[in-house]
Amino acid sequence: MIRTVFAAAFAVLAGPALAAVEVQEVTSPGGIDAWLVEEHSIPFTALEIRFVPGAAADRDGKRGAVNLMAGLLEEGTGDLDAQGFAAARDELAARFGYDAHDDAVSVSAQFLTENRDEAVDLLRRSIVEPAFPEDAIARVKDQVLSIIARDATDPGAIARETFDRLAFGDHPYGSPVEGTAESVTALTRDDIEQAHRDTLVKDHLYVSAVGDITPEELGTLLDDLLGDLPQSSDAPLPADAGWNLEPGVEVVDYPVPQSVILFGHEGIERDDPDFFPAYVANQIFGGAGFESRLMDEVRVQRGLTYGIGTYLAPMEYAEVVGGQANSANATAAELVDVVRGQWGRIAEGVTEEELADTKTYLTGAYPLRFDGNANIASILVGMQMDELEPEYIDTRNDLIEAVTLDDITRVAERIYRPDDLSFVIVGQPEGIDAD
Amino acid sequence: MLRLFAPVAFLASAVAAQAAEVTSFTLDNGLDVVVIEDHRAPVVVHMVWYKVGAADEEPGVSGIAHYLEHLMFKGTDELEPGEFSRTVAQQGGTDNAFTSYDYTAYFQRVASDRLDLMMEMEADRMRDLQLDDRDIATELRVVQEERNQRIENDPGALFSEQRDAAQYLNHPYGRPIIGWMHEVESLELEDATSFYERYYAPNNAILVVAGDVDPEHVRELAKEHYGPLDPTENLPERVRPQEPPQLAERRITYEDPRVAQPYVIRTYLAPERETGAQEEAAALTLLAEVLGSGQTSELNSRLQFGTGEALYTSAFYSGTSYDDTTFGLVMVPAPGVSLEAAEAALDRELADFLEDGVDPEQLDRIKTELGAALIYESDSPQSLANRYGRALATGLTLDDVEAWPDILDRTTAEDIMAAARDVFDRNRAVTGYLKAPEDAPQDAASLATVPDATEVTQ
Repeated sequence: MIRTVFAAAFAVLAGPALAAVEVQEVTSPGGIDAWLVEEHSIPFTALEIRFVPGAAADRDGKRGAVNLMAGLLEEGTGDLDAQGFAAARDELAARFGYDAHDDAVSVSAQFLTENRDEAVDLLRRSIVEPAFPEDAIARVKDQVLSIIARDATDPGAIARETFDRLAFGDHPYGSPVEGTAESVTALTRDDIEQAHRDTLVKDHLYVSAVGDITPEELGTLLDDLLGDLPQSSDAPLPADAGWNLEPGVEVVDYPVPQSVILFGHEGIERDDPDFFPAYVANQIFGGAGFESRLMDEVRVQRGLTYGIGTYLAPMEYAEVVGGQANSANATAAELVDVVRGQWGRIAEGVTEEELADTKTYLTGAYPLRFDGNANIASILVGMQMDELEPEYIDTRNDLIEAVTLDDITRVAERIYRPDDLSFVIVGQPEGIDAD
Repeated sequence: MLRLFAPVAFLASAVAAQAAEVTSFTLDNGLDVVVIEDHRAPVVVHMVWYKVGAADEEPGVSGIAHYLEHLMFKGTDELEPGEFSRTVAQQGGTDNAFTSYDYTAYFQRVASDRLDLMMEMEADRMRDLQLDDRDIATELRVVQEERNQRIENDPGALFSEQRDAAQYLNHPYGRPIIGWMHEVESLELEDATSFYERYYAPNNAILVVAGDVDPEHVRELAKEHYGPLDPTENLPERVRPQEPPQLAERRITYEDPRVAQPYVIRTYLAPERETGAQEEAAALTLLAEVLGSGQTSELNSRLQFGTGEALYTSAFYSGTSYDDTTFGLVMVPAPGVSLEAAEAALDRELADFLEDGVDPEQLDRIKTELGAALIYESDSPQSLANRYGRALATGLTLDDVEAWPDILDRTTAEDIMAAARDVFDRNRAVTGYLKAPEDAPQDAASLATVPDATEVTQ
């Protein structure tokens, strides 16, 4: 085995030369803050906007209102109906996207330098002055109802819905952002306008821009685009979601050959002093790529699944450490046993080699994320939502490097608790009874 | 609305900007190399595309191209099983691979000063793969789980397999890329190694390097690492069994209790992009945009916004294919509209469209958007690398790739209508209905029995 050939190659490689991502903090004349990275080599700009919270702001009994509202933003404004709006956008070759998650309503836009003003004005009309015409409401409602019906027979969606419902109950996190067939059917135009007033306001706004635009131009753009939004809303903020999922195994009997398996328990907050050790521990345990313990034990050694991964999800109103895998009904029970065993083992700590390899991966991979205007804009707006400073980009790898074996052991014991672990399985797993 | 700029001028400038950054050369052993420069970030995507895929498999071993793709992450004479990906990860990089009918591609995304190491390892596994029995048995289970996840658990995917099989009676595009389960289960080491030895060779591959690199440096590294590899002598000519004349329309109905949203879909056999003759494919590409892309498309205007018979419509065509491909139409009916009524509505509007022709303003918008797409795409070297790799692996040349935007731009409304009249021949089509059985429960959700209380069994 000639491993030394490649080992020698590592030695001469120092850390990668990093391109400087120079973030400028811009405040518009009207007082709207944004982060900007100037990149003038391609004549377009990527803009990312987040309004928080998103669908979690749905009022009691109105689940699905924020999602439906976001879906209707591009369905008409002023004298433009849905098709008129689409035609105007396409003539400018601009790209607009609107989406709702529980923690944010997101608006993503890409537009060319040569017609930026026209594109921004069109985008403004959709965000600030949507018409919500009744015929569009009826049409988009039918589309949402179709998604709800489809999810009701999709094993992955059933698993997600069951896990969230058992974990978060009546909190918005406990149900899909689309709402139920019942709640969506009952939504009125007033509900949609209410959802618009509740979420699209300047107090709850984060913006980033990357591309062919100067700070002065961005300042003007921000006021033009968002200046006419109300400052604040009187919507009550959601409460913390709590955690109601009992440890153990919940089976949803469903006729598919392969079981979908979700697992997890309460996790760790993003601003917890031990978040970085937890992040490194998760990468070793079940993080992205082929190198995690779970990927090795479950896929490489046993062939029980095509893919398995775990995540830390520090959301605004709850925290989860969780994971997902699929396995044939005949082998699902074995997969559950392996995950449970590994969940206990990670709490005993990790090896020096695992820690070193994972640090090299995480610190090496971080700068590679800053690739492309749209990617960078998305990272920057996420950092703002996490209440980070622009300097974090330069110090983040130091925070990874600072994690010690003791840190990992301490935090793993705290956040990987096999006795608290819950599994939700959709399928017909053998050797695990539904009743 | 006022036109703000001329799409033609706009297209030309975008193409010129892009063409300057692409260079290519061929090594003595036949390896084609394409270098796409993007110096904005110190990142490189390193890809090897093999001109072999699922459509090159022998009958009886469906899935072998994809299974071999998995096995390529096992060991070589110099690397232990799993060491390839582990090494990439230790460099902060990511790696993966994908298999299609016409190609199999492997890629890594790393800091650009790691290119040397990526080439060393990728060149190593082009010729020196070493497999042991335990690895391959476990990996076969992984592939079966992949098939379970992608296909068996999803009625839409099962339906798609059945439609493809009906479309191609003789051509291997009628077999699933991942393989039929009964054949995947019995794939053997010898099947993989003989496929590997024949097709994984420098004279059957394309190297695409995109990112912060200098073409001369790439040439030196490629010569050093890939240059010494032996080509496969007498590489078989790439000729697949072709379709016999289709004499009758084909129709299938797939019923599955897990279907919550029925739909009708029709695919017509259609020509692909041919090297030096891409005009018809360009017309079909624009036809798909005209009929089925976005809120202002013909089908959406007529069936969603007009009569209200559709919840969703689309048209699709992918011309980048080695052999004949398909042109497809799909319609999801609005609540209360049967699949039979939906199909009748689709045919009615299609007939009207063939009478009415293309709306010139819509065609202008489409061409504007295609021109801008080149600017937006230059933000992602990886998608550029994919575009070149896919084209070259399906028999096109660099000239074809660079000519394509101009050919699209020159395509007229008349060209599009002529292509439409040619392609919409029911005797070259498969029409499929996907639906739940008539006796299925009214409320699809009741298929899943969720216990009221949390049951704990372990």
